[in-house]
Amino acid sequence: MSEHNTSATNAYGQGSMSKTTLTNKQVKEISSAVIRFAGDSGDGMQLVGDQFTSTSALSGEYFATLPDYPSEIRAPAGTIFGVSGFQICIGSEEVFTPGDRYDVLVAMNPAALKSNLGNVAKGGVILVNEDAFTTRNFEKAGFASHPLDTPEMSNYKLLRVPMTTLTGNAIEQLGLSSKDADRCKNFFSLGIIYWLFNRNPEHTLKWINKKFAKKELYLKANTLTFHAGLKYAAENEMLTQSFKLKKSTTKAKPGAYRNITGNHAAALGLIAASQKSGLKLFLGSYPITPATDIMHELVKHRDYATILQAEDEIAAIGSALGAAFGGALAATTTSGPGFSLKSEFMNLAVMVELPLIIVDVQRGGPSTGLATKTEQADLFQALWGRHGESPIVVMAASSPKDCFDIMIEASKVAIKYMTPVVVLSEGYLGNGSEVWKVPSLDELPSIPVKFRTDPTNFLPYERDPVTLARPWVVPGTPGLEHRIGGIEKEDKTGILSLAPENHEKMVHLRAQKIANVANEIPPTEVYGAKDAELLVLGWGSSAGVIKHAVRKLNQEGVKVACAHVRYLNPMPPDLSGLLKKYKKVLLPENNSGQLWFKIRGDYLIDTIPLNKIQGQPFRIDEIENKIRSILGLNVGGHS
Amino acid sequence: MSNTETPSTGTKLTRKDFLSSSEPRWCSGCGCYSTLNAVYKTFVASGLPREQFALISGIGCSSRLPYYTNTYGFHTIHGRAPTVAMGLKMVKPEQSVWITTGDGDSLSIGGNHFIHLARKNPNIKLLLFNNQIYGLTKGQVSPTSPLGSTTKTTPYGSIDRPLHPLTVALGAGATFVARVPDNDNDMLFAAMEAAQKHEGVAIIEILINCVIFNDGVYQSLTDKESRPERTIKLEAGKPLLFGKNMDKGIRLRNDARPEVVQVGEGGVPLSEVLVHDPANPNSGYAFMLAEMGGSEMPMPFGTLRAIKDHVHRPYQGQPTPEAYRKAMLGGNAWEIAEDSSIRVLTSE
Repeated sequence: MSEHNTSATNAYGQGSMSKTTLTNKQVKEISSAVIRFAGDSGDGMQLVGDQFTSTSALSGEYFATLPDYPSEIRAPAGTIFGVSGFQICIGSEEVFTPGDRYDVLVAMNPAALKSNLGNVAKGGVILVNEDAFTTRNFEKAGFASHPLDTPEMSNYKLLRVPMTTLTGNAIEQLGLSSKDADRCKNFFSLGIIYWLFNRNPEHTLKWINKKFAKKELYLKANTLTFHAGLKYAAENEMLTQSFKLKKSTTKAKPGAYRNITGNHAAALGLIAASQKSGLKLFLGSYPITPATDIMHELVKHRDYATILQAEDEIAAIGSALGAAFGGALAATTTSGPGFSLKSEFMNLAVMVELPLIIVDVQRGGPSTGLATKTEQADLFQALWGRHGESPIVVMAASSPKDCFDIMIEASKVAIKYMTPVVVLSEGYLGNGSEVWKVPSLDELPSIPVKFRTDPTNFLPYERDPVTLARPWVVPGTPGLEHRIGGIEKEDKTGILSLAPENHEKMVHLRAQKIANVANEIPPTEVYGAKDAELLVLGWGSSAGVIKHAVRKLNQEGVKVACAHVRYLNPMPPDLSGLLKKYKKVLLPENNSGQLWFKIRGDYLIDTIPLNKIQGQPFRIDEIENKIRSILGLNVGGHS
Repeated sequence: MSNTETPSTGTKLTRKDFLSSSEPRWCSGCGCYSTLNAVYKTFVASGLPREQFALISGIGCSSRLPYYTNTYGFHTIHGRAPTVAMGLKMVKPEQSVWITTGDGDSLSIGGNHFIHLARKNPNIKLLLFNNQIYGLTKGQVSPTSPLGSTTKTTPYGSIDRPLHPLTVALGAGATFVARVPDNDNDMLFAAMEAAQKHEGVAIIEILINCVIFNDGVYQSLTDKESRPERTIKLEAGKPLLFGKNMDKGIRLRNDARPEVVQVGEGGVPLSEVLVHDPANPNSGYAFMLAEMGGSEMPMPFGTLRAIKDHVHRPYQGQPTPEAYRKAMLGGNAWEIAEDSSIRVLTSE
């Protein structure tokens, strides 16, 4: 938690909520904080996380969030693998990541404590539901003795709150079953956290009213529990201090904002791209974690998208390619195993040279791997995972909101160059959310489309002299009837051809066309110290943590800079020259060094790999410590 | 590849207008030729301009057909033609979309797509060239090869039971199924024309004689001599009669099994013979027809089933600026004014 030495009175606690002992309590101004809600899958932690997020959003704060679900829908209660987490980092200034160390941990049971304790900042607040810490439960979570009584706990500010009991007391009058009563306790924890962070309870109260409008008993129960949590915190002697985010020094630009996950942003990006190009949008998809939310979002907007939930991953991309043949802006969305299944159709798309967007929201692999966890290990497959010489454009999104922009960029490239484009997202980006300033259509780049309609001298594989793109002809256009397919074809005419020289020529032409996409790539931006010895290069979701680490070290006077690669194929034309300017280049990746391998292969440049393959994104301190160790500086512990 | 010498719209088209510049290349005597001719004839008869057609194929001998028609065509990958056809049809509903495929393409590698095409019932036509063998890869056992078939991959005889393409189609809910032999031009045309007019998916099984790897496999069904005794020509509203003298019929026993009966003098009265109704809402009847054949029963040719049912049609959206703004502002959205005040736009 970044603290400031000012205090103020509690903004909300003194209102109608509670008129008790608040005046004795201090309010500390902070510039950022990380809060982690954790409990059993059925404890409603995602819900309270969402509430906290919405309220932060409506207060005009910056934030980034990360839900962390177990892969089981309802894992056995009390087990480590059944723990569901929701993390949010709030800040007065722009927040790049959902944060590293937790300033506040809410642990609804021993398993939640066990799986999250390692990441709580020293001196951080741990709020537990004491009622859940029975011998049976802490043994189930793998603790040998009562975890709250250990000396280790003295490193934290531990709040032992019997939430089940207090929730029961608060709603006793309603006569709910103990099971139903127990389900309200997440709002007790939320009440405490709202008090702790001086949140306005109004939004959440409204939400409860709307959500349970037809179930009055639950409406009352949740409202009473939430109030009880707020009141408990206000009156509790252990809680001597609450926190308030400092006012932002930078004035937010006027306009519309929302919180958005990467998957929702991808869906809206496709809609925007379809509007900018004037093309009908088609999505062929098949349910797969963690990519399904893109389809979930798009189906809501049926005025903007024609959607096929296909019979399998192959049919999903096949239908998209058919739609591209039909002149639509076509996309397919998937994750690792589905991405593998699409390889053959991606090759056909390369061969027939039609625009197609393939979104791979990467998860831990190989095979089923870690379905709900994040990784960056599909880069090799995106670049080379097809038979034959099959060049394809590969781009990677860097943040949840970037998933919007990248769809527009990918669509533009796909159409201009008549090529499939792979967009790599990550589970971490797809599920994570951040504040996004909603752009109007006018603010977005245009996407010109030129369908060939003139039959004079038409040749299906005659290429644009600059881009090498072939013409896009939509079935139904008179006089331009022609056939395409996966068989090698003669240059220009597109007639089937197995001639030796022609094949070599076509392989080169297809490669050159993709190489030409480099003309679309803007100069690589460098952030950080001008005279840095060390450059930290990143791709995908590590952009945020890297920037954060570099910013922090620059403030300490450490000479380090960073750059981000958005295009993985072709690579930015200035990248090799840029890397050569630095004595050392550090390359963090959530894989065993796939971009490291490519950079070495393409440029004969050795970068220093930093690999983390744990289904989790990098923490800022991991990047920071590696930078320090490379530069021979003291490596500090985490704060 | 494009033939721009002949007009595509405005005038009545002839067979010549549908010939592409590529010469058909199948084995001499292959049933694919007669099928291609029936395709030309059907397209001409439809009165539609040729740009309105799209032929989508998978891989195999059948799937070369799109190259030989001067329409839009897409030779895709093995077994996957229905997926491409589906995407095209969804974004270009006015396009007449035809799939040409084979028994290996549709029933083995592409089985999943075949059943889901039948289930979803889009207005797409599928011509299934069933030669009971893998021809283009030179003679391996196929999912329709009879038990015991000796092929390159089953030198000691196949141990797999074959499936009937049309029972698969019917099981998946196909609304139009027909079966025709490759040597009956009138029947080929009639089936394709009926398919073209059908609202929904239409699946035609064409018995193709593979002259190289499976020659004569349908001989008893197609020879002038044996055909009348071994097949029934289905006609809506007419009794299921067959035989040289049209004196044999199909009757349903009281245990619901079909049987061959002598009709007329010395046999059963005509009134006891089943009357063909392709619109029968109970698919059991069509299923029974699809399974008939072999040594005991004649094989039905013609339209086994043609019913009306829900047709797959995507919603046609009408984007408006208001709807766009609404789409972009879902979830929790707020507006920051010039004076930095915050106003809630939407909340979850």
